[in-house]
Amino acid sequence: MDRSRIVFSFICLIVLGTVAFLAGICLGSVNIPPFEVIKSLFGSDDAGTLQSAIVLEFRLPRTVTSAFAGASLAAAGLMMQTVFRNPLADPFVLGVNSGASLGVAIALLVLGPGGIVLASQTPLTGSLLVVVAATIGAGASLGLILILSRRVDVTSLLILGLMISYGVSSIVSILIYYSMADRLQVFFNWSFGNFGAVTLGQLGLFIPIVILGLIGAILLVKRLDAFLLGERYAKSLGVGVEGSRLAILGCASLLAGVVTGFCGPIGFIGIAAPHLCRYLFKTSEHHVLVPASILMGALVGLTSDILARAPGLEGTLPLNSVTALIGVPVIIAALLKQKSYQRLFGG
Amino acid sequence: MSHHDTVLDSEILVIGYKESGQKVAENLSVSLKPGEFVSLLGPNGVGKSTLIRTLAGIDEPLGGRVFLKGEPLSDLTPRERSRRISVVLTDSLPGAMLSVYGLIALGRHPYTGLMGGLAKDDKERIDWAIEAMGIQDLAIRRFGEISDGERQKALIARALAQEADVLLLDEPTAFVDLPRRVEIVNVLRELAYSQGLAVMASSHDLELSLSFSDKLWLMDFEGTLTTGVPEDLVLQGSVARLFQGESFGWDAESGGFRVHKTPARFARVSGGGEACYWARQALERVGFGLRDDDEVALEATVSSDANGVPLYQAIIGDRSKTFTNLGDLLAWIGRMDGAVSGHRPKYD
Repeated sequence: MDRSRIVFSFICLIVLGTVAFLAGICLGSVNIPPFEVIKSLFGSDDAGTLQSAIVLEFRLPRTVTSAFAGASLAAAGLMMQTVFRNPLADPFVLGVNSGASLGVAIALLVLGPGGIVLASQTPLTGSLLVVVAATIGAGASLGLILILSRRVDVTSLLILGLMISYGVSSIVSILIYYSMADRLQVFFNWSFGNFGAVTLGQLGLFIPIVILGLIGAILLVKRLDAFLLGERYAKSLGVGVEGSRLAILGCASLLAGVVTGFCGPIGFIGIAAPHLCRYLFKTSEHHVLVPASILMGALVGLTSDILARAPGLEGTLPLNSVTALIGVPVIIAALLKQKSYQRLFGG
Repeated sequence: MSHHDTVLDSEILVIGYKESGQKVAENLSVSLKPGEFVSLLGPNGVGKSTLIRTLAGIDEPLGGRVFLKGEPLSDLTPRERSRRISVVLTDSLPGAMLSVYGLIALGRHPYTGLMGGLAKDDKERIDWAIEAMGIQDLAIRRFGEISDGERQKALIARALAQEADVLLLDEPTAFVDLPRRVEIVNVLRELAYSQGLAVMASSHDLELSLSFSDKLWLMDFEGTLTTGVPEDLVLQGSVARLFQGESFGWDAESGGFRVHKTPARFARVSGGGEACYWARQALERVGFGLRDDDEVALEATVSSDANGVPLYQAIIGDRSKTFTNLGDLLAWIGRMDGAVSGHRPKYD
């Protein structure tokens, strides 16, 4: 119980997060000095209107989205890792990713060509159609997982999740196989992940759902702690194991589902951020790890987005590749350091 | 059925796996009293762990009921149950980042509020549990970096922090070295006496269980449970029966295990004291049967010299020799065998 280490680490995360947030607004195809950004944010009249427009219409929603999306994925990942007692568990392992892909694939590749176009005026990547389709798809696969979670133990559930993912991905592949190139381009753009697709108006929906999910995660810390010891010990501590598992997975699904819906499938933040927190805070207690993962997830989300925008370079990088390049070394380092993942997690 | 002085009991309990409906044992009637230390013994696979989990309310019984101070366990809320029964299981635990203090603090779960914050009396109970197990030095260590014996103590401290009336332990001395095993069993017994705790621990350690337990529960492959005071169960042959059919057996006279082997020859050992006891052990180990008549291949007499050092005089046929230690005696027997049969003896 190293209190000073915990306090220090929290301060570091908050400071770095703030810096990353400001950097996220400043950096991009046009670099805007921090002072100008602050003027634009607080609506000073002498700020250049173009700069204000860039900051308010594009940079701010994008940066806010990357922070909230990162926080959501990290919290969801932490909850899944604890419930499944597996350091590689994350929302996508349970099929959120593939379910959302199927939803989007159906919307873009089946409904679109069939003449059912809900939002043809706007570019499809930013449209509500994709968001709705992805959320329904993610929700459907998670609903299936939650129903199954009452029938089997966690290890079987993890395998079932993987199987559902494979099955659903195959259907997506079939759809892709029979689709036209221009439609595919839209689908692939979505599947690369993107924090920039959420408009200022959509933030009004995105942020409340994320906050709801994060509050849920914080309220579940005690049950998550009990799950650290496994389901039998949790039961002996008076925890209603099935109800708690449902609540935790439901909360994680909501967080992961909404992010996937709005931003596309974004991997590795859900695995890497909780791991970084375990090493930084040297604890596995959730009253520390949940808030820490939320902050770390926001920081990783912000950093990934800045890197994906490739400041100083022409063009952008696919977000999914950036998060993977950040996440993979973290996971490899964690495994090498512990030699075996059972020492990391038991089970 | 009387419940007045028992804290935990069961009637016609059927245990097994709910999912498959597979029975492990049935018709189990047991009772635990406050201040009692009970050992549950039986070969692997008879259902000791299942019994412990069923009594703890973690697994549901397939039939029958468990009572806690006369109240059916199934009538209690999970929280009420967790304040009255605590467990130490064999389930593996996350090591790397969980501190021993954090682990023990989880025992306060049934008492803390929504966010699990520790109040003053929670912390006092945790400190008491740490002290009771003598692991003050371990509190700030990580669970993953302490030894097996220390882990068991930490797990017991976690259960003690739960402030329950009943403590059920699944093999708390497995993977622990012998001195630590004795220490753990002794601490458990002392806690039962001093705290009025009802303690039941499964074990493979027959000798330790015989000398420390107030009662034994013996569980065999037929699914029968025999309970009683250890000495009674030894005298009734229940302990020996538990290991029947194995290639070795348990000998009530010596209180230890013996390999079933028909001796090819016999020895007579006379004398007294511990040197005589261990001389018999040594001769039995190398294949002699022991008897007291004259039909023996070897005659050994144990005495001691003026300084109390044991002397072993051995007679085989017309040869006689005196030794100061058993190693030399066995080597001599080996040489004699070699001289007779012409090949090298195996126990030199």
